[in-house]
Amino acid sequence: MTYKYKSVPVKSSEITPYAHYLSRREFLKAAGMVTGSALLAACAPKVSAAAVAGSKVTDLPVRRDEFGDPANSFEDITHYNNFYEFSENKEAVHKLSGDFKSHPWTVEVYGLVNHPRTYGIEDLLKKFPQEERIYRLRCVEAWSMVIPWMGFPLASLLKEVEPTSDAKFVRFETLLDQTQFPHQGSHLYPWPYQEGLRLDEAMHNLTILATGVYGQPLPNQNGAPIRLVVPWKYGFKSIKSIVKIELVDKQPATFWKTINRKQYGFYSNVNPNQPHSRWLQTSERRIGELGHRATLMFNGYAEQVASLYEGMDLNKNY
Amino acid sequence: MKICEKAFKNRCLIRYEGDLWFLIRIVKMKSFFTRYTPLQIAIHIYGWSALVRLLIDFFTHNLTANPIQALEQRTGRHAITLLVLALACTPLNNLFGWRELIKRRRALGLYAFLYATIHVIIFVDLDYGLAWSLIVQTIIEKPYILVGVLTFLMLIPLAVTSFDIWKKRLGKNWKRLHQFVYLIAPLAALHYAWGKKGDFFALRGDIIRPLIYSLIIILFLIMRIPQVRRAVASLRDHILVFFRRFTPQPKANTS
Repeated sequence: MTYKYKSVPVKSSEITPYAHYLSRREFLKAAGMVTGSALLAACAPKVSAAAVAGSKVTDLPVRRDEFGDPANSFEDITHYNNFYEFSENKEAVHKLSGDFKSHPWTVEVYGLVNHPRTYGIEDLLKKFPQEERIYRLRCVEAWSMVIPWMGFPLASLLKEVEPTSDAKFVRFETLLDQTQFPHQGSHLYPWPYQEGLRLDEAMHNLTILATGVYGQPLPNQNGAPIRLVVPWKYGFKSIKSIVKIELVDKQPATFWKTINRKQYGFYSNVNPNQPHSRWLQTSERRIGELGHRATLMFNGYAEQVASLYEGMDLNKNY
Repeated sequence: MKICEKAFKNRCLIRYEGDLWFLIRIVKMKSFFTRYTPLQIAIHIYGWSALVRLLIDFFTHNLTANPIQALEQRTGRHAITLLVLALACTPLNNLFGWRELIKRRRALGLYAFLYATIHVIIFVDLDYGLAWSLIVQTIIEKPYILVGVLTFLMLIPLAVTSFDIWKKRLGKNWKRLHQFVYLIAPLAALHYAWGKKGDFFALRGDIIRPLIYSLIIILFLIMRIPQVRRAVASLRDHILVFFRRFTPQPKANTS
């Protein structure tokens, strides 16, 4: 099994030291300001112009996805967050999450498994080698980013606890703690946040438990200390700050589907052919760009994951 | 000799000119404040400052990582806020007898139209880059966009006819035309509510703000129903009479 994203082995000598990365950010910021103001002067949202103007900046050893698109800045990734446990306002999340305590932290893995276990976050970091995965994240709100996650495949954790033959689905749960998550006091949402995957989706090599971004421990606003990342599904499937992983035999209830079952399905695969009553899903705005770009089937991971859904009507099972 | 005298007088005048100028300024200031009421000044400051803040944030890159969306959301919020304020004038006048509010409706309505227009321009140009096929597809596919478009289309004739010339020209029809605001305001609230993540009618999700706006609009509309208006007015009078009991009344002349 060879995957596109894995085909670029990175030598340790090629990995940018953190200090260099920081100074590069300063440069990028300055460069971004210049190109940004140039764009403003042009007063027209032409992506092509932005790409040309930005090409000099991206000549630096920036992390890129397999299509050659550069990763979003650490600033963007950590200041534009959908994290409803803190706030409905994406810009407020990084301020509100400052005091969040992500240590000590335990993740309980239980249900239909042979070896139920509760892991401390340190055990997980030690036990499973962390690797970098540069993934596109497509939000159902029609914006997207490229994010260099650090993490490990969920499959390696599941293999250790050994799901029984009855296990068909995996259910994830976020911490329920109103003192830590102020917005969990709102009665308009079915707290705690829950998500689910079919077992074969969970075992897929692209599905990871992320513990870091840009080689740094996961910032609080991105779902510290551990979160799910399923790159071919809409962003809300990638549940944050996980405390429970349960293996079950029935399709679990999920957060957004409970809120609005017409708009949010269980599968929620990125699918430009499945219209949404709120956002246009045929295109998306990459954060940092002004124009629209076409949304790809399975967010561009069709080659790897399409086989999971063979024979399924994806417009019914959205 | 005469010329000399004149020059001397002029020089004296110049000495006093500073004071005089100062006096004139005070008088002028006074006329400024007599010409514009505090309410009027407040409305115009709000009307323009929102736009100025938007521009400052735009040029200092303080519009979040997704600036176009932020621009759309902020202009939309200003538009609906101003629309609600314009809608508030009549019922508040009925309730408190603040007649000046009636004169300010036009400014509030026009500011609402200004922000609605910017909102639409950003959507069509900045967001969709004038890609009309995509825009049409969005309007057909997304009910909340359709509602937004209808709201804006209905706002246009109201804004155009808001000037005195049109008021005279249209006569009775002017009032009928402007009663469309009873339809426009709820539609604007619906557009806002549907644009949020969640399920507005099931009261789930990110719906607090649109809910507050909707309730205020419903309250103002209810207060315009003649029977309700009369009931509220009589209630107000009762309360006033009740309080008057406790205020010292002028003594009747006994002599």
